Amino acid sequence: MSTNSHSHGGGHVAHHFRDAEHQFDSGKQGIWLFMVTEILMFGGLFVGYAIFHSLYPKMFAEGASHLDWRMGSLNTLVLIVSSYTMAMSIHHLQKGESNKAFTKLWITVVCGAIFMVIKAFEYSSKFQHGLLPGHLLDVAKTHAEHANLGMYYGFYFCMTGLHGLHVLIGMGLIIWLAIRTKRGEFGPDYFLPVEGVGIFWHIVDLIWIFLFPLLYLVG
Amino acid sequence: MASTTHNPDVNYLNEFKGIGSWFTSLDHKRIGLLYMVSIFFFFLLGGIFALLIRLELFSPGAQFLTPDQYNQVMTYHGAIMVFMVIVPGIPAILGNFFLPLQIGAKDVAFPRLNLASWYVFMTGALIAMSTLFLGKVDTGWTFYTPYSIKTGTAATIMVLAAFVMGMSSILTGLNFIVTTHKLRAPGMTMHRIPLFCWALYSTAILQVLATPVLAITLLLIAVERATGVGIFDPALGGDPVLFQHFFWFYSHPAVYIMILPAMGVVSEVIAAFSRKTIFGYTAIAYSSLGIAAVSFFVWGHHMFVSGQSEIAGVVFSFLTMLVGVPTAIKMFNWLATLYKGNISFESPMLFALGFLFLFAIGGVTGIMLAVLATDVHFHDTYFVVAHFHYVMVGGTLMAVMGGIYYWIPKMFGRMYNESLARLTFIFIFIGFNVTFFPQFVLGAMGMPRRYFDYIPAYESLNKISTMGSWLIGIGFFLSLYVIISAIRSGAKASANPWGAKTLEWQTSSPPPHFNFETEPVVTAGPYEYK
Amino acid sequence: MGSHSDKHSGGGHHSHHIIPQEIYTRVMWALIVLTAFTVGFHYLFHVVMHGSVLAAPVAFLIAAIKAALVLMFFMGLKYDKPENRWIFSTGFIFLALLFVICMLDIFTRISETSTL
Repeated sequence: MSTNSHSHGGGHVAHHFRDAEHQFDSGKQGIWLFMVTEILMFGGLFVGYAIFHSLYPKMFAEGASHLDWRMGSLNTLVLIVSSYTMAMSIHHLQKGESNKAFTKLWITVVCGAIFMVIKAFEYSSKFQHGLLPGHLLDVAKTHAEHANLGMYYGFYFCMTGLHGLHVLIGMGLIIWLAIRTKRGEFGPDYFLPVEGVGIFWHIVDLIWIFLFPLLYLVG
Repeated sequence: MASTTHNPDVNYLNEFKGIGSWFTSLDHKRIGLLYMVSIFFFFLLGGIFALLIRLELFSPGAQFLTPDQYNQVMTYHGAIMVFMVIVPGIPAILGNFFLPLQIGAKDVAFPRLNLASWYVFMTGALIAMSTLFLGKVDTGWTFYTPYSIKTGTAATIMVLAAFVMGMSSILTGLNFIVTTHKLRAPGMTMHRIPLFCWALYSTAILQVLATPVLAITLLLIAVERATGVGIFDPALGGDPVLFQHFFWFYSHPAVYIMILPAMGVVSEVIAAFSRKTIFGYTAIAYSSLGIAAVSFFVWGHHMFVSGQSEIAGVVFSFLTMLVGVPTAIKMFNWLATLYKGNISFESPMLFALGFLFLFAIGGVTGIMLAVLATDVHFHDTYFVVAHFHYVMVGGTLMAVMGGIYYWIPKMFGRMYNESLARLTFIFIFIGFNVTFFPQFVLGAMGMPRRYFDYIPAYESLNKISTMGSWLIGIGFFLSLYVIISAIRSGAKASANPWGAKTLEWQTSSPPPHFNFETEPVVTAGPYEYK
Repeated sequence: MGSHSDKHSGGGHHSHHIIPQEIYTRVMWALIVLTAFTVGFHYLFHVVMHGSVLAAPVAFLIAAIKAALVLMFFMGLKYDKPENRWIFSTGFIFLALLFVICMLDIFTRISETSTL
């Protein structure tokens, strides 16, 4: 640990960077590279969905007909608002208004929580109706017209589950940011972690923007 | 800064003491050594499994393994060697150590992430090893569906382990890309970075772009095993060939993750021991990127007989031929570098020349396999096994050995025993050819790969092959001895024992904690020999 | 830090671009309105017209516009360095590659077997 403690007089610049700007650019590039991996990981599921949707359009339509688009739309709005507050928290930090940033971060966390609660209601309703992935799907209870309806719900639970996991991770990270903001660790000179988590949170929003029509509407 | 009061006896190895200082170190050099110890251990393990395979195949019929045990041994050999040795091998050991040194940086861009990636790697490796006690795995390292979703063995744990190790690989790649972009010393333009760095850079791009698709594929296998979603299961309208597409979208580029860094090592060694400016720096550098790019367009050549469409097969066959172009560019540039060079034959150079010889065979047989018509005959025979061992072992492991001998003086400040090291080369090189050349013949005769048994007609060549594996084993054990005795009691090495021109040789051996006394300012290319 | 006399910037780092609040607010409302459009078109195509070939293209066109807004403004790619734009677009390029080749295989395969 002693190897990296080379920051001078209150600055946050690690020893191997020239200055704060250099560190910020490097960190941000790292974050973007990480986002590329997120896109490709979720992308694999999207490609699978597209292929099987085109092979079994009727089965997918049957699956989507069981989803409640009102829940999906509501969650879309919740995530849009959370993305806005996340972006605003950086705006406030850049202007040195760390109290406002702190509030915005917490609103973001609350939005994430609302999203997860709505999701939980959706999931429990699916569970009750036996709409489960793969061979767990209760064909008798759901009166499934297609024997492989479980595949649709496999995609549904994998995609929303992986997305929900990202929401949870994002919430955890934002809480951590809020605590550090309260401690006064961020300001106009140093807000790279907020910027990074922000980009991560927007990616989560971005993926939902596609998941919503894909799962709830087009189906 | 430490530079003003630097004591020449203080270096990265002895500046901090105690075992704890290693496990918490953010120094890229120490993290490289952490990787070295762990990967050497896994290599030993994978090597033992390899020897067991060859021992079982010494004669037809059962020797000492049951067919099920054979499948497990084969799976562990493949999975360990791929995920824990060759994929992380050169980037994580030599890349971690030398990328910052070669570009004149004090560290990689994200030192904490670098240490974290080692912990992630070890976590994945331990999860993988836990399957040895939790039901074992017999799917082969490729986890092909539908078998991998039906087998009663611990395949779920193994795919999750591979997922975790994939994360480690992504983090290393991400770190190296940003390091190369952002941390080059003043004057170190992209066209002045050593070719090893170009190779690592191209590798890192592959790690970041290909591994996420493997990650989701492995997760889908786990989900498939838990709930039977049917995406890869034909009984439910799924498509097992789609699994192969997803798998090879990663695993073909992964083949280049394994070989590109080796090519980088060879470029360094050949330039240093020819004492000559490397021929075609730009061509070699960009052919690394070229190989990386082409590698994403050729994965279907693993699937010629899998049931993918004929059109896809034809397209992939043509595209695969393209790989030969950047690879041949490298080959010819290395040969041109040797031409009229002031060559000396220390063991790093022997291994590099061995690489050229073996990789040429591996590459050319690769072209034979890329041809759709011949592949239908050779597919899933020992011809394929011989081909990829010529590339992976003959290529990558030769470069690992050459690279380690080349850089031991810098890493530990001590010289190894040259004559013993040459002896290891002789054992490994001869042993390798004795082991794997007969397998080309066996494959052409039609001996299928992955089988536990074979007909008596194949016996004599299999016996030769198994005896060769003993020579390789002796060679690697001897290498381990040479390396350890160099570290413990080797003669003190000067800062630049080979007279090489790249930046890592301009600092002391071993380097100080922050790599350079003063930040280097680069005014010339990396291979400016007179 | 060591001497960095070779570099232009001595002390202070130039401040990062601060995206004004109005832009964020406008983007948020645009996203909300576009979501309403998505739902409205869904209602039109499925409930009123009982299915239309346009349903999917329209839904994804709107999604793409929303994604572009998030990328450009919330994620700040519009104000970011060109190399970060390149890096991020690489992900989509390689995703497209995976998609196109898998589709190529699966659909050429099916048309061949269906003639049997």
